[in-house]
Amino acid sequence: MMRIPLARLVNTQTIALVGVLLLNWILFPGFFKIEWQDGRLFGSLIDVFNRGAPVAILAIGMTAVIATKGVDLSVGAVMAMAGAVAATLVVGGYPGWVAVAGALAVGLLCGLWNGALIATLVLMVAGRGIAQLITEGSIVTFSDPTLVFIGTGSFLGLPMPVVIALALMILVTLAVRKTAIGLFIEAVGVNRSAATLAGIRSRLLLIAVYAVSGLCAAIAGIIVAGDIRGADANNAGLWLELDAIAAAVIGGTSLLGGRFSIVMSVVGALIIQAMNTGILVSGYPPEFNLVVKAGMITLILMIQSPFAGRLLTWFGRNRRKGA
Amino acid sequence: MQDTVNREQDAADRATGYRMEARQVSKIFGTHKALDGVDFGLLPGEVHALLGENGAGKSTLIKILTGAYQPDGGAIFVDGEEVHLTSPLQAQTYGIGTVYQEVNLLPNRSVAENLFLGHQPTRFGLVDRRRMDREARVLLKRYGLDIDPSSELGAHSVAVQQIVAIARAVQLSGKVLILDEPTASLDRDEVQRLFEVIASLKRDGLAIVFITHFLDQVFALADRVTILRNGRLVDTRRLTELSRTDLVRKMLGKDIAFSGSTSLEAERPPTELLLDFKGYGRKRSVRPFSLAIHKGEVIGVAGLLGSGRTEMARMMFGIDPADEGSVTLSGKPITVKSATEAIGHGFGFCPEDRKADGILGDLSVRENIVIALQGKLGWFRALNRDEQLDLAGQFGEAMDIRAASLDMPVKLLSGGNQQKVILARWLATDPAFLILDEPTRGIDVGAHAEIVRTINRLRDDGMALVVISSEIDEVVAYSSRVVVMRDREMVAELRGEDINPAVIVQAIATHGENSEIQAEVTA
Repeated sequence: MMRIPLARLVNTQTIALVGVLLLNWILFPGFFKIEWQDGRLFGSLIDVFNRGAPVAILAIGMTAVIATKGVDLSVGAVMAMAGAVAATLVVGGYPGWVAVAGALAVGLLCGLWNGALIATLVLMVAGRGIAQLITEGSIVTFSDPTLVFIGTGSFLGLPMPVVIALALMILVTLAVRKTAIGLFIEAVGVNRSAATLAGIRSRLLLIAVYAVSGLCAAIAGIIVAGDIRGADANNAGLWLELDAIAAAVIGGTSLLGGRFSIVMSVVGALIIQAMNTGILVSGYPPEFNLVVKAGMITLILMIQSPFAGRLLTWFGRNRRKGA
Repeated sequence: MQDTVNREQDAADRATGYRMEARQVSKIFGTHKALDGVDFGLLPGEVHALLGENGAGKSTLIKILTGAYQPDGGAIFVDGEEVHLTSPLQAQTYGIGTVYQEVNLLPNRSVAENLFLGHQPTRFGLVDRRRMDREARVLLKRYGLDIDPSSELGAHSVAVQQIVAIARAVQLSGKVLILDEPTASLDRDEVQRLFEVIASLKRDGLAIVFITHFLDQVFALADRVTILRNGRLVDTRRLTELSRTDLVRKMLGKDIAFSGSTSLEAERPPTELLLDFKGYGRKRSVRPFSLAIHKGEVIGVAGLLGSGRTEMARMMFGIDPADEGSVTLSGKPITVKSATEAIGHGFGFCPEDRKADGILGDLSVRENIVIALQGKLGWFRALNRDEQLDLAGQFGEAMDIRAASLDMPVKLLSGGNQQKVILARWLATDPAFLILDEPTRGIDVGAHAEIVRTINRLRDDGMALVVISSEIDEVVAYSSRVVVMRDREMVAELRGEDINPAVIVQAIATHGENSEIQAEVTA
């Protein structure tokens, strides 16, 4: 039923992604080489998708929050907490699925707290502290097969993190676009007072949106912990809230709320990861990364600004005049 | 509309010399003339009230006088010299100071620091704190304040902070003091105290502009009054020449003879009772009132800005729910504690401030029309795109919305078309009861007529409506009954013969028993 015209997929974000991928290819000719080994795909491109998955998952929740004119600063800390809870549970002898459920419950709880208070900075600071308390300050390592599978396994040849990110992207997109929730999110983001007067339960909606963001953060936290087979409360998800915000903004969601696209935010997350990979394989120092990222965000924001729109029409008009 | 009767008085005033004068000032925003050739003269040693309903141009004129806006036409004079005010800070150097409703000071710094901020007395390049406190104490005494200058400003009442703000403004400027609704957040004793300060400043020869919604305060304090309406000057008069009724008439733009035109909408035989409000009220907002509303009836609500008319509408719609009284819908008791609940009962509400509370600017015309119906259907019964287009097309056409496309952002439409979009939004929910707060304000003549036609059509179709409007002619034309609000209280319910402009103006203007302040403070 969902007819997405191909033309709609050709936009600033997808062109930028292709551009960055091509740049990677120039720097590293083997970039697009994909091999089939032990029943799964390997290659630099697959790596970009795999490494980008946690931020892509964060960006899915973050996009909905930003569209309501909010921002969830706690997602990095919630990742750390979810990882810490999952690791502690399996180390304590609980089965893997209990650990996953426990971590998701923590994410949901954090989301509900954020949605009720809209004070995500509190959890951003306190959450990492709580994670450290849970792990008692050390890195809790484990070898539980369920968690390890989530972080490093594969399904249909694709790495699990990629499968999970794709599934979430499709699920959340359907959930907001096949119901009225997407419209309500945009309405609340554009003008909360008017939306409330039109009968939208905006408080409930905000709580739901932050809860989804908390869940996404918990999933990303489980993936990251499963990947390294351990919960590192100090470093898991550190600063990733900023990458998630950047992904949503690159994806075209305005920090002032309103229109949003989950798919484009995921593309934004991939752009960020492709840049990270490109800088790594090209041998530049990783410090360079931040500067390039800042430049990329500035460039995309400029392209999206109304000023650029006017500039384009102006160029268009002059070209026609010249012809 | 401009009165020519008091030309002589005008000439006399001019001879005494205006402290500050605006001649033929105009201000245009886009295509909207916010101010249209307005004259305003301010004498030394007078309190000059500036009155007008929303959109009259009061705040635009104030912003021009304080340099926050530059006029598109006309000129400003201070002591007879033409000046070009480029910013409030620069206006201060000409002696013009302003105090706003919300105190614009630093609550976490001391009273003395607030008084002298930016102009602190210094010694060897450092702030001379002792001298500052000493001077502050002397200054505060003059305003009848015996407080410790080194105490934190935020620890004092709003009234004291307001007086400190005035002291600061007078200290820095000293010729003209503009008070923009200074009494809005004060209680009765505090108002009294503030008025004493203003009266003493007046005796010192300061020229004071006073903006308020409270007519009682105007009569208690002001010497002259200037009335604006729709960006034009209606009149400038001495208050001694003006009755309350005259004043209200001028504010509402009624030069009606007191014969009065009777309502075109004669009272009909009572139809089925829809809503019955009994002792319905909300503390600190609207005093309890009782009102029965029948199907096919328009209840017009008249009253000035700040009379409680909007508060009543918001309470009926559950935005600020009632905390006493009861209401029944077709005989069954109901509660209305949120907009969502109200919509569930079949209510609709077009708010007064279209931009802040009405339209979803960045969303499309289509989405703006379907939003309330979709809200009613809930999260999971989504209207698909085709259904949305059908609905938007149908109700857009019924309201004659002129939009290039139903998918264009609603913020690009004219004010009149935006208002029609909001009406269409509610009609799509098939409401039984519609509340319209100033539905015709700030829209062009054509759209105005269409909205009035729509009100009549909906009434004839059996809908119950409550329509708030400052346009008395309009209220008279479509109302089956008229209720009058004053001082947050329903003071009159008019029907039949009584629905005419003269009676309505009289009811609005009558001096209430529980008015905010007695008229004895005048210096």
